[in-house]
Amino acid sequence: MTKICSLTDAISRLVQDGDTLYAAGFTHMIPFAAGHEIIRQGRKNLVLARATPDLIYDQMIAAGCARKIIFSYTGNPGVGSLRIVRAEMEAGRLEWEEYSHFGMISRLQAGAAGLPFMPMNQTAATDLERANPNIRRVVDPYSGRDVITVPALQPDVAIVHVQRADVHGNAQIWGIIGEQKEAAFAAQRVILTAEEIVDEDVIRSDPNRTVIPGFIVDAVCHVPYAAHPSYTQGYYDRDNAFYLAWDKISETPESVQAYLQEWVYGVKDRQEYWEKLSAETRESLRVTSRPAAPVDYGNY
Amino acid sequence: MSHYTSSELMTINAARLLRDGDVVFVGVGLPNLACNLARHTHAPNLLMIYEAGVIGARPNRLPLSIGDPTLVSGATGVCSMYDIFTLYLQRGNVDVGFLGGAQIDRFGNINATVIGGYDHPKVRLPGSGGSQEIAAWANRCYVMTPHQKRRFPAKVDFHTSAGFLNGRAERDATGVRGGGPQVIVTDLGLMEPDETGELVLTAVHPGIQPEQAQANTGWDLKVAPSLRVTAEVTDEELRILREELDPNGIYLKGG
Repeated sequence: MTKICSLTDAISRLVQDGDTLYAAGFTHMIPFAAGHEIIRQGRKNLVLARATPDLIYDQMIAAGCARKIIFSYTGNPGVGSLRIVRAEMEAGRLEWEEYSHFGMISRLQAGAAGLPFMPMNQTAATDLERANPNIRRVVDPYSGRDVITVPALQPDVAIVHVQRADVHGNAQIWGIIGEQKEAAFAAQRVILTAEEIVDEDVIRSDPNRTVIPGFIVDAVCHVPYAAHPSYTQGYYDRDNAFYLAWDKISETPESVQAYLQEWVYGVKDRQEYWEKLSAETRESLRVTSRPAAPVDYGNY
Repeated sequence: MSHYTSSELMTINAARLLRDGDVVFVGVGLPNLACNLARHTHAPNLLMIYEAGVIGARPNRLPLSIGDPTLVSGATGVCSMYDIFTLYLQRGNVDVGFLGGAQIDRFGNINATVIGGYDHPKVRLPGSGGSQEIAAWANRCYVMTPHQKRRFPAKVDFHTSAGFLNGRAERDATGVRGGGPQVIVTDLGLMEPDETGELVLTAVHPGIQPEQAQANTGWDLKVAPSLRVTAEVTDEELRILREELDPNGIYLKGG
């Protein structure tokens, strides 16, 4: 059964006000197109979970989509501060729940594995444990020593961008595979955006590369360049200039709203957004080829 | 006028701390440059791993974020974040971790979370990322930071990652496997923990007096009896940094 639909349709059907959302991808393949579509559709009161909120959540929070964030690092990666998240936290306007990266990823791992919580070794740094009552201790029944625990995270929706998928949602990823698989298995509903929709035979030619099986996927959307200004390994580069530019744009609420007007509300979809970028920008993100040596699965 | 920047001085001195064969859990910026400098000089078999899940990276260009695609192309392996934090870090397979933060205190505890109270932050910082676990479980941790009083308070506002807590015995009692901070590299010299876990000045860079470091530290900084002067920065170290690793001076222009 085909799960192909437009991103507009997928967000409209599968993301509700108040949902807990995990937009997956650690620096790599961040699903910006889906974030922008959620903003256009005016979702409210979302709980936004991500190890690194990155620009995608900075923009969604600026657009008024969120009531709370769950995170483990709120910087603008490689640039500095994530200004909107930071200002909202400092002003007490945004609820937050904070972990280390390992704590955050362990929450997803537990959620994906159907476990109630995940144990982690102690770190001797206990201030976050005091600040976040969800970080607890239990006694290891074997050694009698304390271990740290975090509760399973099972988001209502996970959004994952992938290099290629078939119409059933069997999805293949290469490059940094941070927490996409865990987010997809942990979530109740899964939306995929894909650079390419390929024939099922292409997927079957390289089964080890399949990270997400189609049967847990609810929607497959063909959205080239969906990860810009982040990147898709082998398809286009990270737009570091935009990450730097956002540091300026996010200095004032006026320039943020002007950005959202022009680049989110002012465009219909990702294709229009991509074509609106300057030819120079698009050219600068082009990557040259470096293919892997083929593997032979054998004909059995 | 010295012929190198503070960033170059710190990077070169951090590179010298790395040993051939070290497995280093590394971030972007100066730690990445220090590892690559070590790899190009005395530690060709140094293995770099990144929290994004990249193992054995050989970046062709300067990585500008922790998940830069140049880290992946040509690496020996890629794994999930859960795997990098468990199989690699928690299991005890990491020799060296680099840490940074807004504040580092007398016992090497680091704050990268908040200035002021946690619930009502005066300045909200990015938070732990990978550092809480790196500080606990890497065998040796190093920090590079400019020597300024506001960066070195007697006590940090928040323990994002543990140094020696209130003294070495207190860290030992928690049973964490890593050895904690071993050297703090600043633009004035090196600080290392003494037998109690207190950071003391063990070296100054050429032309620096220990009083300068003391005046820029927020506690009564002790000077080690064996205080030494770090070796002069060599032309070859500077050449590799400037010509091969950061030709546009993105990270090294500072100071």
